[in-house]
Amino acid sequence: MSLDKEKIKHVAKLARISVDEAKVNSLTKDLNSIFKFIEQLNELNTDKVEPLTSILNQSLRSRKDEISDGKIREKILKNSPKKNEEFFCSSKGG
Amino acid sequence: MSNITNQSLSEILESIKSKKISSLELTQAYIKNIENAKKLNAFVTTTFDQALENAKKFDNKPNNEQLLSGVPLAVKDLFCTENVKTTAGSNILNNFVPSYESTVTKNLWNNGAFLLGKLNCDEFAMGSSNETSFFGNVINPVGDHLVPGGSSGGSSSALAADLTPATIGTDTGGSIRQPASFTGTVGLKPTYGLCSRWGIVAFASSLDQAGPMTKTVNDCSIMLEAMSGFDEKDSTSINKKKETYSKNLKDNIKGLKIGIPKEYRVDNMPKEIDELWEKGKKILKDLGAQLIDISLPHTKYALPTYYIVAPAEASSNLARYDGVRYGYRSQKGKDLIEMYENTRSEGFGDEVKRRILIGTYVLSSGYYDAYYLKAQKVRQLIKKDFDDSFTKVDAILTPSTPSSAFKIGEKTNDPVSMYLNDIFTVPVNLAGLPALSLPAGLDKQGYPLGLQLIGKALDEQKILNIGYAFEKNCGYKNEIKKWWS
Repeated sequence: MSLDKEKIKHVAKLARISVDEAKVNSLTKDLNSIFKFIEQLNELNTDKVEPLTSILNQSLRSRKDEISDGKIREKILKNSPKKNEEFFCSSKGG
Repeated sequence: MSNITNQSLSEILESIKSKKISSLELTQAYIKNIENAKKLNAFVTTTFDQALENAKKFDNKPNNEQLLSGVPLAVKDLFCTENVKTTAGSNILNNFVPSYESTVTKNLWNNGAFLLGKLNCDEFAMGSSNETSFFGNVINPVGDHLVPGGSSGGSSSALAADLTPATIGTDTGGSIRQPASFTGTVGLKPTYGLCSRWGIVAFASSLDQAGPMTKTVNDCSIMLEAMSGFDEKDSTSINKKKETYSKNLKDNIKGLKIGIPKEYRVDNMPKEIDELWEKGKKILKDLGAQLIDISLPHTKYALPTYYIVAPAEASSNLARYDGVRYGYRSQKGKDLIEMYENTRSEGFGDEVKRRILIGTYVLSSGYYDAYYLKAQKVRQLIKKDFDDSFTKVDAILTPSTPSSAFKIGEKTNDPVSMYLNDIFTVPVNLAGLPALSLPAGLDKQGYPLGLQLIGKALDEQKILNIGYAFEKNCGYKNEIKKWWS
């Protein structure tokens, strides 16, 4: 299948990435060549194959539901582009 | 003493232990090299003051019982380092200063090493030439017009140029082994789960694995021993007893069975790569190993599978970059959604955006089965190919890459041709196996070429042993001229 410009703009919207109108054409060309390459997989019949869900021969470990750290608000806020006392600030206000 | 930085890590450790050189002198020698090598653009951040301080501390109270006593190390800028900027080669993390240390780097420091600086890499480790970094491309010390490979290109360049005695990288589809091959150095991608992923900027979580990049196989075993080990903080970390790879390093490979997969002879592969492979086979055979022809029938589907699985995982991992909690934020946008869109558009480079879009698409409603689920099924077949082969052989020998280092700019306009560079390295990541790239020869232009040894899961010791025997008998010498200083 081929991806058209509208589809790509829609996917970009889902991914929360704005795409310059000037770049849509080259992006469409690149993505289509990548998908053409990816679609080689359609040569294979995989009807009877189980999808691989973990590469390890073990299931994911879960830890005890206990607090192991805390009181690190300052550290967590330190890298925020915009903060107000003990809160992260989103785009407007603050 | 003037040549200390030419030496291998194990030789340097010996010199420190025997007090032939102090940690401070050693650190000063590397700092001098780094300052003279700015043209290579291998470093994003240097931590010289901190390193000198640590070196003095070591000299005042030397502890020589550790694996990496008194040694300064530069690491890929994908490992979070406490209070030292960590960028992942991206504008979106240009101002990010972690408040914690990655487990793998912490393991290095607990073994006596200390940080010298952070090394350039492809943005979020997405690339095979170090040309996607926000901080500019890195130059291969082999030649001023050549890429150092990627994504651990700053690591391979710095190591080959004697700017660090050893280093670590990460490998999602070949990002340790391909740059090692392009610079005539040793690179190991360990078994998935052997080294903790905690504190490493995530790209594709089911494929990412940290590993050593070194000048010799012995150095590689020392570094692996230091960095690996179970970590509670990584839910995919394997809980097993720690191995002493360097102590157990042996060069006797008599009777080992080495598989030669016919599918790794690809179309348009340069004759030199084929000849290199033949040379490698002969060396192992002369050492008493038995060569066995094997088949890994789904090899050709590994790259297409990878370019679904890796972008899919990347698109969800990179969803965290929202300009709110950390990292770059755009000043443009009339509401929250526009702020997200502009932040991500301005913060990510073209290759990262491409992969996020691919990943978002293959996971989106209506396309999931056709792409992502299909890829997970083919991944199963690729893993099964290896499982079947490892009932017959101890290790597999292949070329590391289909070419030597290419020119800067040569492949940037054609993403698929760039991706094809990882054709021999990607299957290993999909199957979670360990693989070692060894310098094995030069092509007619004098550029390094590597061979790859693939092992069973958790069989690092065996491929290190084979590599150790190979290295002693290969006669490879890295003769890089220091044109940059």
